[in-house]
Amino acid sequence: MNSAFKSLILLLGTTMTAMLPGAAWSQTARSYISIVGSSTVYPFATVVAEQFGGTRRFRTPKVEATGSGGGIKLFCSGIGVKYPDIANSSRAIKPAELRDCAAHGVKDVVEVKIGYDGIVLAESVAAPGLKLGLRDVYLALAKQVPDPTGKQALVANTYKTWKDVNPQLPATVIEVLGPPPTSGTRDAFVELAMEGGCESFPWIKAIKEKDEDRFRQICHTIREDGRFIEAGENDNLIVQKLKANAKAVGIFGYSFLEENSDSVKGSLIDGVAPTFENISSGKYPVSRPLFFYVKKAHIGSIPGISEYLQEFTSLKAMGEEGYLADRGLVPLPAAEYKAVSERVRQLVVMPIPG
Amino acid sequence: MIADDGDDGASRQLSPEETRRRVDASLRRRYRAERRFRYYGLCSVCLGVIFLVILFGTIIGNGYSAFRQGFVQLDIHFDADVIDPDGGRDPDVLSVADYSLLVKAALRELVPEVTSRGEKRELNNLVSAGAVFSLRETVMADPGILGRKRSLWLPLNSEVDLWLKAKLSGTDGDGISGRFSARQLGWLERLLADDRIELQFNTAFFTNGDSREPELAGVWGATKGSFFMLLVTLLLSFPLGVAAAIYLEEFARRSWWVDVVEVNINNLAAVPSIVFGLLGLAVFINFFGLPRSAPLVGGLVLTLMTLPVVIIASRAAIKAVPPSVREAALGIGASQMQMVFHHVLPLALPGMLTGAIIGMARALGESAPLLMIGMVAFIVDVPSGPMSPSTALPVQIYLWADSPERAFVARTSAAIMVLLAFLLVMNATAVWLRSRFERRW
Repeated sequence: MNSAFKSLILLLGTTMTAMLPGAAWSQTARSYISIVGSSTVYPFATVVAEQFGGTRRFRTPKVEATGSGGGIKLFCSGIGVKYPDIANSSRAIKPAELRDCAAHGVKDVVEVKIGYDGIVLAESVAAPGLKLGLRDVYLALAKQVPDPTGKQALVANTYKTWKDVNPQLPATVIEVLGPPPTSGTRDAFVELAMEGGCESFPWIKAIKEKDEDRFRQICHTIREDGRFIEAGENDNLIVQKLKANAKAVGIFGYSFLEENSDSVKGSLIDGVAPTFENISSGKYPVSRPLFFYVKKAHIGSIPGISEYLQEFTSLKAMGEEGYLADRGLVPLPAAEYKAVSERVRQLVVMPIPG
Repeated sequence: MIADDGDDGASRQLSPEETRRRVDASLRRRYRAERRFRYYGLCSVCLGVIFLVILFGTIIGNGYSAFRQGFVQLDIHFDADVIDPDGGRDPDVLSVADYSLLVKAALRELVPEVTSRGEKRELNNLVSAGAVFSLRETVMADPGILGRKRSLWLPLNSEVDLWLKAKLSGTDGDGISGRFSARQLGWLERLLADDRIELQFNTAFFTNGDSREPELAGVWGATKGSFFMLLVTLLLSFPLGVAAAIYLEEFARRSWWVDVVEVNINNLAAVPSIVFGLLGLAVFINFFGLPRSAPLVGGLVLTLMTLPVVIIASRAAIKAVPPSVREAALGIGASQMQMVFHHVLPLALPGMLTGAIIGMARALGESAPLLMIGMVAFIVDVPSGPMSPSTALPVQIYLWADSPERAFVARTSAAIMVLLAFLLVMNATAVWLRSRFERRW
C-alpha cells in the first residue's frame, strides 16, 4: 500500500514538472482569430466563423459575445496577441472610443459595415394595409400608456382596436404576432420602434435623462393581455399565421418579408415602406446598421484575418442571396456593398478624431 | 422531580401510583415526539427524492432524443471537374472547393422534378449546411475518391430532424410540419418511404465541438476543455493543499500568525466563485499576460477556489491519524519529517484524495468564474492542450440553452446528462478510494 501511494505521488510530481514549462510559457503566438463584441452581430459572426473554419485551411475563429461597448473596450486595449483582432458592434464606433484606441496604440482601425438589422410589421396581402406611426405602434403594444385624457400619468393599456389608438386607422382589433423576449429581433424592435414611439411624448423623454431604468421600463414593456401574441422564435411560423388571419400583424426580420412577398406585405411606418432601398438608406425607422472593426496591425501576424475578411465580405456571405441573409441580415445595397468590399480590399483606415 | 417545582411543598411526596401515571404520560409523549420526528425525516427524504426524480425525468425526457440524429443517404458523385478543375490535386485547391454543388447535384438526382429556383432552394434546405464539411473531410483524407461515386449518409437539417423524430414517434411536435411547404413534406415522405432517410446514433454529438447548426454541435470540445482545466486544478491544488495542511498540522507552532492563516482559509472556502473569476482576470490575464479563454487560466482560477477545500479536508484527514502512530515513529528514532512522510501521510492520503475529488467535482460544475476570463465563447475547434481556447461543459450548457434554434433544447439536456455522468464517475472514484485504502482504528 505504501509503495502504491509513493508511486502516485511520484506520478503527480512528474506530471506537474512536465506542466511547468507550459505554465511559464507566456503567449508569443496565436494561430486563430479572436473576435469579441455585440450579441446582435454574434449570430452572423459565428456563422461566418464556422464557414471560414470549415472550408479553409485556418482554424475556426473564437467569437465572444461581450456586447458592443465591452467588445470595443477590449479591442482598444492594445496591439498584440493577447488583444482581440476584431470587434463586432451593432452601432458605429464612437469618436471617444477611437481616441481611446489610439491612446493604446491601436491607430489603424478598419471599419466594415456588414448590413442592416431591419424589422418589419407585416400583414397578409389580403388586408387593406396599415399606415402606422411609431407612436401608434407604441400605444398599441405597450403595457402602460400615457393617460388618453392628456394627463402626464401612465394607465394600463386598454386599447382594443387600431382606431382607439389613432382615429385615422381602421377599426380592426389589435392582434400582433411577435417574437419572444429571448429573440434579438424582439430586442431591436423594442429599442427602435417602441422607444421611438415612446420618445414622441416629451414628458416621457424627459424621464430618460433622469431615470434611465424607469424610462426603459415604460417604453420596453410589452402588454401581456393577449393583444400581443408571442409566436415562437421561428419567423416562418408568424408568416404562416398571417396568411391564415388577415386581421393580424406580424413582427419579423426583413428577409422573411422579402421571401414571402407573395403572401405578406409590410406596413408603412411613418409613411415609409419597408423596402430594400428604404432600409439600407436608413429612411425606414426600424433599422440599424451593423459593423465590425478590424485591427490592421494584426493582419499578417495573426493567420487568416484577411481571408476572414474575404469570406465575410464575399457575395456568398454578405450578398443579397448569401447565407447571412438566410439568418436574417438585411444585406447592403449593391452600390454600398461594392464600396465596402473595395474599402476592405484596400484596408482603408479610419481617421482618428482630434 | 424538577418538573414538580411549580407545586407547593406539601405535594412533594408523590404516591407510587401517581409517579407511575406521570411517567407513563411523559413516556407516551416522548414516543409520540420520536414518531413525529421520524415521520418528518422520512417526509424530507421523500420530498428530496421526488424533486430528484422530477429533475432527472425532465432532463432525460428532453434530452434522450438528441442522441439520435436524422440522416439522408445520398449518392455523391465526386466530380473532379467541380472540385479540382485543374487536376493538380493540390490540397489548397481541394480545401476551398465548393462541395455544396455535389450535395445539390445528388439531391436533384433523387428529386428530378425540381426545376425553379425557389424549389431548388427548398430542396437544398433539407440537408444540413454541415454536409459539405464531411464531404470536404472525405476528399482531403483520400483525394483518390475524385471522379468516383459513393453512397454517403449525410446529416439532415435540424428542423427536418425534429420533423422526422415527431413523425416516427407518431406525434406532431408543436406543429413542426407547419414549418415546411407541402412540396417539402411530399419529398420527405417519399424519401422516408424509400428508406433514404433514417435516424442513426448521433456520433457527432460526442466527437464535435460547438456549432451553430444543431445537427453538428457536440460536447467533445467542451469536455476536453473541462478535462484540461481539471487537470491543471488537480496538479496545482492537490500538492499545494497537502503541503499546506501538513505544515499547519505537523510543523507550525501555534501562534497568532497561524491562527490568522487558519481563519482566512476557512473564509476563503466560502467566498463566491465569481470573485475568483475577477481575481483571475486581473492577475493571470492582465498582469501575467496569459491568453483569454485558455483552460490553463480556468484551471488556475479554479485552483484558487478549490485550494481551501483541499486544505481543510487534508487537515481533517491528518488529524484523524492517531497520535500513537506519531509517537511510536518518533520513539524508535524517526525524524519529524520521516514520521510525517513514512507514517502519517500514507494513512491520511485516502481522506485527502477524497476531499480533493469532492473539490474537483465542485470545480467541474462551476461556470461563473469562467465568464470573466473569456471561456464563454463560440469555439468550434476541439482544444488540443491547456493553452488552446476552449469552453467547459457547464458553459456549453449555458450557451446552448440561450440559442434560438429549437433543436438545441434537446442538446442542452443531453449535455447536462454528460456533465452529470462525469460527476457520478468522480464521486464514485472518491467512494472507491475511501473504501479501498481507508484504515480504521
